[in-house]
Amino acid sequence: MRNLKAVYFKEMKSYFNSPMAYIFLVIFAVITGYFFTRTFFLFNQSDMRSLFNIIPLVYLFFIPAVTMSLIAREKNLGTMEVISTLPLKDLDFVAGKFLAALSLVLAGLLVSMVHFITLTQVGTNIDYGAVFTGYLGLALAGAVYSAVGTFASSLTDNQVVAFIIGIFIVLIFFLMDKMLMFVPVALTGIIQYLSVDYHLSNISRGVIDSRNLIYFASVVGLFLFMTVRMLEIRRWK
Amino acid sequence: MIKVENLTKFYGDVKAVKSINFELNDGEIVGFLGANGAGKSTTLKVMTGFLTPTSGNVYVNDLEIQEHTLEIQKHIGYLPELNPLYSEMRVYDLLEFTGTIRNITGKAFKNSLARVVEQCGLKEVIHRMISECSKGYKQRIGLACAMIHDPNILILDEPVTGLDPNQIVEIRNLIKDLGREKLVLMSSHILQEIQATVNRIIIINKGEIVADGTNEELMSGFIGNTKLTLEIKNAEDETIKTLTEKIPSISLVDTKSHNGSQILQLEYAKDLDPREELFQYAVDSNWVVTEMSPHSVNLESVFRTLTMEDKANA
Repeated sequence: MRNLKAVYFKEMKSYFNSPMAYIFLVIFAVITGYFFTRTFFLFNQSDMRSLFNIIPLVYLFFIPAVTMSLIAREKNLGTMEVISTLPLKDLDFVAGKFLAALSLVLAGLLVSMVHFITLTQVGTNIDYGAVFTGYLGLALAGAVYSAVGTFASSLTDNQVVAFIIGIFIVLIFFLMDKMLMFVPVALTGIIQYLSVDYHLSNISRGVIDSRNLIYFASVVGLFLFMTVRMLEIRRWK
Repeated sequence: MIKVENLTKFYGDVKAVKSINFELNDGEIVGFLGANGAGKSTTLKVMTGFLTPTSGNVYVNDLEIQEHTLEIQKHIGYLPELNPLYSEMRVYDLLEFTGTIRNITGKAFKNSLARVVEQCGLKEVIHRMISECSKGYKQRIGLACAMIHDPNILILDEPVTGLDPNQIVEIRNLIKDLGREKLVLMSSHILQEIQATVNRIIIINKGEIVADGTNEELMSGFIGNTKLTLEIKNAEDETIKTLTEKIPSISLVDTKSHNGSQILQLEYAKDLDPREELFQYAVDSNWVVTEMSPHSVNLESVFRTLTMEDKANA
């Protein structure tokens, strides 16, 4: 736990010591702000739905960008050699990195809550429950994509390659339930269960089902586990 | 104590290290010497648990490295080749991070920090970004990270590359100091460096150990010739030619003319010393001797011979 915390804080410092975190937060705020105010003024509609719909799309590019450096950069710099020769378990290392990336994603969500505050000032009939579950769903989807990105970053020592692989895998999870019509009927159930959007929309609707929570937890677990295995494989090269 | 047993490491089809054996004891400063690509770094990487050996074992304090990697890593301080560092971190933060992973926090960390800052001379840069530090400082920051937990075993891969002569002397003295109580293994491809710092040398060539012993042992086991440079004036070609006839133990390797002087390169067997006869001959031939300097066999020629012989066999 001590080691995990040390890795986490090191990573957070490196996000905030470089322009990375600030660029991420500012662009995230601009994009979400645009989509919130668009419906706000055009349709005189004050709800969070369009915001919640656009954030998964923003995730698609932003999370792989946040995670691409996590492990690929350590490999590229050679600091992986220092890390691997410290008495540090691979799992602590990977989990610390993952949580740092997730924290940055959650900070982005926190920034977008500005719009929620606007809403409470001018809106009527606000469904607080839906806003809460909407954010919960986005946080969980963010966790899945961050885990995917962490895994992609462990595959290569090139950050750009890690970014592209990350987008590719995230895109698969994102598109899965939009492709259901092309899939044999027998498989639709499975594909739908595997898709992030399916679970995200369930939660956003206000239903917190243990099946959805288990799904998110197990996908995160799977990708972090695979990342740890990737680090072990490197020793044998 | 470190014991390396039949260590072999393949990179794909390339055999980087071929079944090497050696033992290192506490209080020893050992130099690991070899040309680039000889397998030095690979061996060190296996010893620190970064790479897994293809076959063979490494024991550190009687623990096998594959089974007890984390336990062993607690006792080792390692400075990798090229000294990779996080450029976006501050020196203090990096030392704190390394300390935390090494379970040194709070007051213990303060004490350790004061010690390594003193030993490595980091006082001026402690709050600077690593990217803003000079190469010499970076090297010392890497060394400080390797020493923050006061390890019993220090493994340094090319610790003095990129340092200026003053810094080299400082680091050399530091390593010598540390080597009084600890086991220090340093690698280098620079002979002078190894010679000046360590008391035992292991020479590795093409993945095999070709020599292992103290400086003196390596040189005494090596039969070679002493070279002698003789610079003379007022010498006739005739007298130079008859020199080797008069003193048969000397052979003439090379003659050069320079500013009216003749520079002769002579060689004779190591256990002979024909300098008196040579001087007498010079007087007889009316030479004016301006320089006479013998160069005994040095480690460099030992190293060259050992690594060249292997090339000839291969």
